Amino acid sequence: MNGRLPILVFALVMAAIPFIPGMPPFWIVLLDNIGLAALVAMGLVLLTGVGGLTSFGQAAFVGFGAYTTAVLSTAYGLSPWLTLPLSLLVSGLFAVLLGLITVRLSGHYLPLGTLAWGLGLFYLFSKLEFLGRNDGISAIPPLSIGTFKMLSPGSIYYAIWVAVIVSALLTMNLLDSRTGRAIRALRRGHVAAEAFGVQTPRAKLLVFIHAAVLAGLSGWLYAHLQRAVNPTPFGAQAGIEYLFIAVVGGAGYVWGGVLGAAIVVILKEVLQSYLPLILPGSGQVETIVFGIMLVALLQLAPGGVWPWLMSFLPQKAGGRKPDTSLTLPARFRAPGEASVLLQVEKARKQFGGVIAVNNVSFDVQAREIVALIGPNGAGKSTTFNLITGVLSATSGSISVLGKKVDKAPPQEIVKLGISRTFQHVKLVPDMTVLENVAIGAHLRGHSGPIASMLRLDRADEARLLAEAARQIERVGLGEQMHQLAGSLSLGQQRIVEIARALCVDPMLLLLDEPAAGLRHMEKQQLAKLLRDLRDGGMSVLLVEHDMGFVMNLADRIVVLDFGTKIAEGTPATIKTNPEVIKAYLGVAA
Amino acid sequence: MNTTILLFLLQDGITNGAIYALLGLALVLVFAVTRVILIPQGEFVTYGALTYASLASGQMPGTAKLALAMGIVAFVFDLFAARKALHGRLILRTFLTNIVLPGIVLAAILYFAGQKPPVAISMALSLVIVALIGVSLYRIVFQPLAHTSVLVLLIASVGVHLALQGLGLLFFGAEGQRGPAVLSTAFTLGALRFTGQSITVYGITIAFIVGLWLFFGFTRYGKALRATAVNRLGARLAGIRTSLSGQIAFLLASVIGALSGILIVPITTLYYDSGFLIGLKGFVAAIIGGLVSYPLTAIAALFVGIVEAFSSFYASNYKEVIVFMLLIPVLLLRSLAAPAVEEEKD
Repeated sequence: MNGRLPILVFALVMAAIPFIPGMPPFWIVLLDNIGLAALVAMGLVLLTGVGGLTSFGQAAFVGFGAYTTAVLSTAYGLSPWLTLPLSLLVSGLFAVLLGLITVRLSGHYLPLGTLAWGLGLFYLFSKLEFLGRNDGISAIPPLSIGTFKMLSPGSIYYAIWVAVIVSALLTMNLLDSRTGRAIRALRRGHVAAEAFGVQTPRAKLLVFIHAAVLAGLSGWLYAHLQRAVNPTPFGAQAGIEYLFIAVVGGAGYVWGGVLGAAIVVILKEVLQSYLPLILPGSGQVETIVFGIMLVALLQLAPGGVWPWLMSFLPQKAGGRKPDTSLTLPARFRAPGEASVLLQVEKARKQFGGVIAVNNVSFDVQAREIVALIGPNGAGKSTTFNLITGVLSATSGSISVLGKKVDKAPPQEIVKLGISRTFQHVKLVPDMTVLENVAIGAHLRGHSGPIASMLRLDRADEARLLAEAARQIERVGLGEQMHQLAGSLSLGQQRIVEIARALCVDPMLLLLDEPAAGLRHMEKQQLAKLLRDLRDGGMSVLLVEHDMGFVMNLADRIVVLDFGTKIAEGTPATIKTNPEVIKAYLGVAA
Repeated sequence: MNTTILLFLLQDGITNGAIYALLGLALVLVFAVTRVILIPQGEFVTYGALTYASLASGQMPGTAKLALAMGIVAFVFDLFAARKALHGRLILRTFLTNIVLPGIVLAAILYFAGQKPPVAISMALSLVIVALIGVSLYRIVFQPLAHTSVLVLLIASVGVHLALQGLGLLFFGAEGQRGPAVLSTAFTLGALRFTGQSITVYGITIAFIVGLWLFFGFTRYGKALRATAVNRLGARLAGIRTSLSGQIAFLLASVIGALSGILIVPITTLYYDSGFLIGLKGFVAAIIGGLVSYPLTAIAALFVGIVEAFSSFYASNYKEVIVFMLLIPVLLLRSLAAPAVEEEKD
């Protein structure tokens, strides 16, 4: 995301294009259309490619933007510059309304839901009297600065491309920030993000609004370029086409949206103007060819064109190491030294007829390493999920520092200073180790999306990254800081999860099988790290299958079998406990 | 409003709803097995209807040639996919299904075109043509993409819709067509007149619902299809040919689509692009049914049909708005009811 130079070059080239002698005015019209489509596609990149929320309804938001300025500037005579914020506001407000309904939908409901309201709104545009029904609204005033009126496609060209480049910059800034990391984590499911305090519904709504406002901006520009609006360009077909543009360009990349817009707009133009020469007399041949090319493109490059192009560029050597001298303030701690951090009392979890956890009670004291062991299916991970609020207990109670947290969501548990890792690694594979770990510090930063877009978050951001870098070095992965998390071995990914959990500045660390997939030396290093953490005042609750590792490390061991606690004690007593031996080996040895 | 109008609207709504139910069922079926959200379902409807209407009026439908052309492409795809292990039986099989069969159909069409064949023959030929197109479509477009995400499949589906709709204009022109009734008998019951056509619609819808239920519940192929839907890899390890499952799903969907088209084209004039909206209303029903449940989809489809009939009576301008906005409260209920579940996405 670094490197502003290519963007500057791009901006200069775009600024110079209209001055090329002999430039056909028609090309400028094409570039205008590309810019308009790129704005919408950019929003979709964030929404669909990055956030994983597929929307067919973006054309409706373009419609909101266009109709708002059309009505206000014709019927009420407002200046177009005054209607700009209003257009964006209307798109944004409708995004909030529709988003509250839509973003909670999962999987395929979401795209189909957006298709449905996209269609409904299209018909609404074409039936409402004050929007001019099917005829729409004409005689919209042009944009003007002083006495200069942007009447020609060449003059509004600059307004459009300034909007595109500024929006791209803001969007990229947003992605490269605390909020952006939360957004980028959405696509991989919400459990991991929520475990570090991300309010995932709010993050989804945010990208939804961002995309809608970009679409509204495109609509506002469109209305003043065409100086007339009618419902056709805001229908389902257009909504589908915008999504297509984003996918063609590369749905995960901001510039993929711009590239996709260029490819699709030019392709359509070429097909429309040249196909009749090859296949004369047939009406919709370009649609046929367009459809077939679309399918062919997906079969050949399902990731889109932008990442395919980028793969030809030399790989940049890793990013800059954050300045680790910056420090984050420690997490707020309740005054006084409590001795019992976590108290689980008769916790019970039933899934239908299966009792996964059966009235289990245990506690974790300050400065203590407790291990939770038991054969497969003993209910260890379910217990973790009960403690961290991912699941809520059927009965019984769980308290942290004497405060009951039975019904608290994961975001509240982590605020109390309990952080965790997962049995099945939940990292974002296409983010770097540093970025993944920084998600752990989410609650210790405070910059919001607006500040991130305007780069007002840099001081906050530097402290977050410094903390993340420190924790990465602490777990011994300093070398891998700038690699993509997905490229590490599974064992290393588990260690990355520990670094992420440490970024919370926790008082209690919950580790789910941290040593699985580690080599002998790595296990010893992990054991040393955990001992150091305990000596530094932290407590650890871990689930682990490696008995040698557990017996040498834990201060106390709790043994579960079929959801029930069968033993508790020091490693020495557990080793000789007949119940435990029976559970593991089937018979008393 | 008097009772007669009420009954009329209900009857109208149920007839339309039955068609939406058929389409909704097909959509659920295809999505469950292949994860493809079948936007071109509407094109199956128009292709079936307009092929039938063209044959009945003595014209040569272009879809027959399309079926052969797509068969040839599918044949090439098959050969290319099997290029490292070509053997005679495979070549023969794909040659027979992809080239000989559409060839025979095309020959039959050429024979019957111009002499207005009986309704039953027009119907059978139209169904076979659309079925061939449907199966080849899966082979050419979706089988190579089977491993990709729902989104990519969805976009491909849109591409297919655009191409098929454009071809529809090429084959059938911009004029709308109507076809002859499948059954021309009629009787009255009180104030209501039941045509043989509407009775056929009800009968076929019910037959399909029961048939799909039996197929999925009690046959090996049906169970194999369900297994593919749950887990492709697992199904393959258990020896199920997942590409075959996909082809069966598309076969069923195209037959259902074409049949719906043949059933409605005597009642309403269809244009080359009418299918999209009809298919989308089947979608609405399928979404209300949660894309998983057949009975729920059928009930939802009847509901959609009835709402449409009543809104076209009271607020015909806002008919489409009302039908599509129906979804919003449904989705809202679903979001409130559904617990936030974790999904592993690719």
